[in-house]
Amino acid sequence: MTENAPAERVTHALVRDVTLPGGAGTLALVTLDNGFDHTKPNTLGPQGMAELTAALEGVRERAAAGELAAVAVTGKPYFLAAGADLKGAQTIASRDDALELGRAGHRAYSILGDLREQHGVPTFAFVNGLALGGGLEVALNCDYRTVASDAGGLGLPEVSIGLVPGWGGAYLVPHLVGIEKAIDVIFTRPASQKPYKPAEALEIGLVDAQFDAADFLEQSILWAAKVLTGEVEVTRRELDPQPVWDAVTSGVRQHLKATIGGSRPAPYRALDLVEGARNATRAEAFEAEDEALADLIMSDEMRASVYAFNLVSGGKKPHGAPDPKIARPVTRVGIVGAGLMAAQIAFLFAQRLQVPVVMRDLDQERVDKGLDFVRGTAEKLVGRGKLTEGAARRIVASVSGTTDIQEFASCDFVIEAVTEVMGLKKKVFAELEDIISPEAVLATNTSALSVSEMSADLRHPERVVGIHFFNPVAQMPLVEVIHADKTSDEALATAFGITKKLRKTAVLAADRPGFVVNRLLILVMGKVLEAIENGTPVEVADRALAPLGFPMPTFELTDLVGPAVADHVLTSLREDLGDRIPTSPGLKRIVSEGTRIVLDAPGKGLPKPVDPAVQAAFGEALEPGTTGRNGTPVLDGPGVLDAVLTATATEIGLMLDEQVVAGPQQIDLCMILGAGWGFHTGGITPYLDRTGYSEKVLGRRFLPDGVANVPA
Amino acid sequence: MTATSAPTRRTVRDVVFVDGVRTPFGKAKPDGLYAETRADDLVVKLIRELLRRHPELPAERIGEVAIAATTQEGDQGLTLGRTAGVLAGLPDTVPGYAIDRMCAGAMTAVTTTAGSIALGAADITVAGGVEHMGRHPMGFSADVNPRFVAEKLVDPQALNMGVTAENLHDTFPRLTKERADAYAVNSQAKYAKALANGNIDPDLVPIAVRSTELGWGLATADELPRPETTMEGIADLKTPFRPGGRVTPATSSPLTDGATASLLAASDTAAELGLPVRMRMVSYAFAGVAPEIMGYGPVPATDKALASARLTIDEIGLFEINEAFAVQVLSFLDHYGIADDDPRVNPYGGAIAMGHPLASSGVRLMTQLARQFEQHPEVRYGITTMCVGLGQGGTVVWENPHHADYTGHTSEENDK
Repeated sequence: MTENAPAERVTHALVRDVTLPGGAGTLALVTLDNGFDHTKPNTLGPQGMAELTAALEGVRERAAAGELAAVAVTGKPYFLAAGADLKGAQTIASRDDALELGRAGHRAYSILGDLREQHGVPTFAFVNGLALGGGLEVALNCDYRTVASDAGGLGLPEVSIGLVPGWGGAYLVPHLVGIEKAIDVIFTRPASQKPYKPAEALEIGLVDAQFDAADFLEQSILWAAKVLTGEVEVTRRELDPQPVWDAVTSGVRQHLKATIGGSRPAPYRALDLVEGARNATRAEAFEAEDEALADLIMSDEMRASVYAFNLVSGGKKPHGAPDPKIARPVTRVGIVGAGLMAAQIAFLFAQRLQVPVVMRDLDQERVDKGLDFVRGTAEKLVGRGKLTEGAARRIVASVSGTTDIQEFASCDFVIEAVTEVMGLKKKVFAELEDIISPEAVLATNTSALSVSEMSADLRHPERVVGIHFFNPVAQMPLVEVIHADKTSDEALATAFGITKKLRKTAVLAADRPGFVVNRLLILVMGKVLEAIENGTPVEVADRALAPLGFPMPTFELTDLVGPAVADHVLTSLREDLGDRIPTSPGLKRIVSEGTRIVLDAPGKGLPKPVDPAVQAAFGEALEPGTTGRNGTPVLDGPGVLDAVLTATATEIGLMLDEQVVAGPQQIDLCMILGAGWGFHTGGITPYLDRTGYSEKVLGRRFLPDGVANVPA
Repeated sequence: MTATSAPTRRTVRDVVFVDGVRTPFGKAKPDGLYAETRADDLVVKLIRELLRRHPELPAERIGEVAIAATTQEGDQGLTLGRTAGVLAGLPDTVPGYAIDRMCAGAMTAVTTTAGSIALGAADITVAGGVEHMGRHPMGFSADVNPRFVAEKLVDPQALNMGVTAENLHDTFPRLTKERADAYAVNSQAKYAKALANGNIDPDLVPIAVRSTELGWGLATADELPRPETTMEGIADLKTPFRPGGRVTPATSSPLTDGATASLLAASDTAAELGLPVRMRMVSYAFAGVAPEIMGYGPVPATDKALASARLTIDEIGLFEINEAFAVQVLSFLDHYGIADDDPRVNPYGGAIAMGHPLASSGVRLMTQLARQFEQHPEVRYGITTMCVGLGQGGTVVWENPHHADYTGHTSEENDK
């Protein structure tokens, strides 16, 4: 441990005897409780683990003396445990310490795993609340598990933060639920950040019984007594046959190679463990878990992942937001436009702000289309069980449409979502200013235009703020809140207040071209296209960024954004920022000719490869290393990657100089939530630091050594 | 019959006691069993247990949930019968309300919802009570009307229950401290015996209890009984209510946390659903006495209830009387010429041993009487009775369905 290790919020292990009903004997009930309220979940750090070990050793002695009929573990209200203490894990300085972290967990948990065999005393976990990672693994090491109907979620998210379920999970889960479901538990669910609901956990066999929250512990204890007396019998599934095991694991391996490639080690280490779990002894398997944990804890990918995880978790409190108390009350929202973006925004406002929303467009047909979207979305969500009928009715009823701009008169917040043309937006704002009250806040959802310019001619430019939503509005967690030259604190506070109620993570950005996400995302795309323009074959360029492990290859992203939008943003960024932003005549050709740029994905969840035919839009592919069409050498894959990273580091350096955001953390948060860049890159600045690009390009790191990497 | 006939006049239906349960009673102190457990949660768990014990009862058939508490605020506030029903997972269609008659709260929940059943307003009711005296000391937040004192309506001391017990000693000099002590010792002994004989545990519902210091535990037994109590041991205890007085902690019920709940049904509904009939309600009455001797309340209440039932005291074979104070029970026994140690009275001991979570106790008396009826088929009638602060008494007369002469009454018979 380093000296600056943060103080551990110790989760205590309290042991209390319970007399089992029906004369079934004494149960030693272990409660995990850090002594804080529900805002601070139980986590398991070294001190807590030592306390748990000591408590369980005491229990083991009593079991050996024949004093106990059973042992059970439960948690404080709402939590079993949210997992290992990541703040502590992130500061581990040596591999020996990292190895010890894994071993300490196994030392404690194995007492629970061994008691029945050693002393004939079965162990139970009463999963009363959230059980993630090491929290769920406590339960997995027990012989039996019950779950409360209101438990916040059960899961093993380790792989998503650069680790493996190394306190028994990788071995125990495939044995318990079978190899196929184990893949869901260890890989699929973490990737989509969806822990198991209690009923789902019961269904796949992660737990043996579920009881209502109202008397969960009482019923769990009663159930345990029945297990002891044989009244309840729990059957365990047979080990899956070797061929099934192999087929499933090799399928996962292929999928990993095709999706994340070599961008991060954790999923492969987890897969190795799962693969070996079938035939390894428990001792061997647990030792392998320790080794994997030790290697991964000492990896930059894990450190960047934990940094990213903390950024995202802490992102709910926006950096630089003014005092929320000065926010204006929002009781009626106006939306200029009724197109797709406008209708999506209208739905979200009606759903989360729970105020009347009026959409206005030029003709009734467009207005009706917008309202149809709101109605259709509500129906779809009800159909999927994501919305109650009552809530759907309320949303639909609270969104109205009009062609009369006077309808905005009583709105205290109006956001425009019209076509991205400066003249049009200025006209809209000018019209609005004559209608709305002097206190009303005006917002723009522009993704590329200057908010300051847009509001320059207004009598009250200080009330204008940018709120940049990403498409699709409902799913994308990020909103960029744009501070224009004259934006008042009140307008800014109102915007942050709204985005908080919309349950979005808001990042404050200055009114600079492309703000954060588009500036970097389109730059990266432009640099890839630039290489192709010079002669790099499209297939080579498309795959060049694979080592970064982005959610999709460049052409698939271009296809998703839409080539026309991509070209528009690339062009306007170049106009505003200068020649370092590439230009791509090939992209313009693709737009004008409507060229298809990607092929169908070869399988579900696999990337869409670039259509080789798109090469024609750029001119013929040249041999890397030869002189290209721009007179510079044609880049190979690593060359394209180098060019992209160099340009990215340069651009971020400029963005920080321009004070687009407060620091590199905000850039990382934006790229994670707005572009889906992975935790293993820490967003992007930890990756640029650890690969030396920031030093090379700017002569300095973005983040201090050790914040998001293993310190030198 | 004509098309414009008058609304059907309802016949009065018989009401039966189907089942009753309670939490183990805990010490109302910071180190007591329920110090960190909510009062409403205690009731919720009992309602759920009643339903678990009676799978033959569809929850939507419950027509009313009446839950009593003396201090209806905090975790005992917000119309307990409704909140507890919702929290217990009863269907939204099941209504509920809160009741207060201080110590006779749960008893009043039973009699009031029994009235609803008799009148046909409900077929089945849940009636119970809760008092977390650790969180809600008696009268703690009450704003007592100054007229009580200014107009000498009530001796200010009458609000202190221990003082009213001392007043009973004054009123009836033959009720000596020695008799009270002996009664208390016997109560502890009877409870210990009942516990050993398995007469207590079947009515208890284990409750998960949390302690931030100790972790989760399970309350499975009453916390307050002192089976080691002897005459010598309690002879010199201090008399907290009056210097040189006669009432001691040993002859008083202790401050208690706990809850009770019962199921009542119309006898025809019980027959329809196959619900067990453990007692039939014969009559009930509440009556007032001077607040200064509130402990005497069971006497006029019992007279009234017996008169209404057309029974005499000699026909009562079992008595469950709440032991707020030993002297108050003795005043009742003396009035009716019953011996202090009559085996028909509180066979399982009483509140002096178990504790008295004010508004809960009435249903405990009934649940115990129901068990005694099973054990004594030769007894035809029994009563549950208790005193109430500010000078009241309540009595319910019950008939034993296990008795040879029990025929049950039906609505049809009532009609005749």
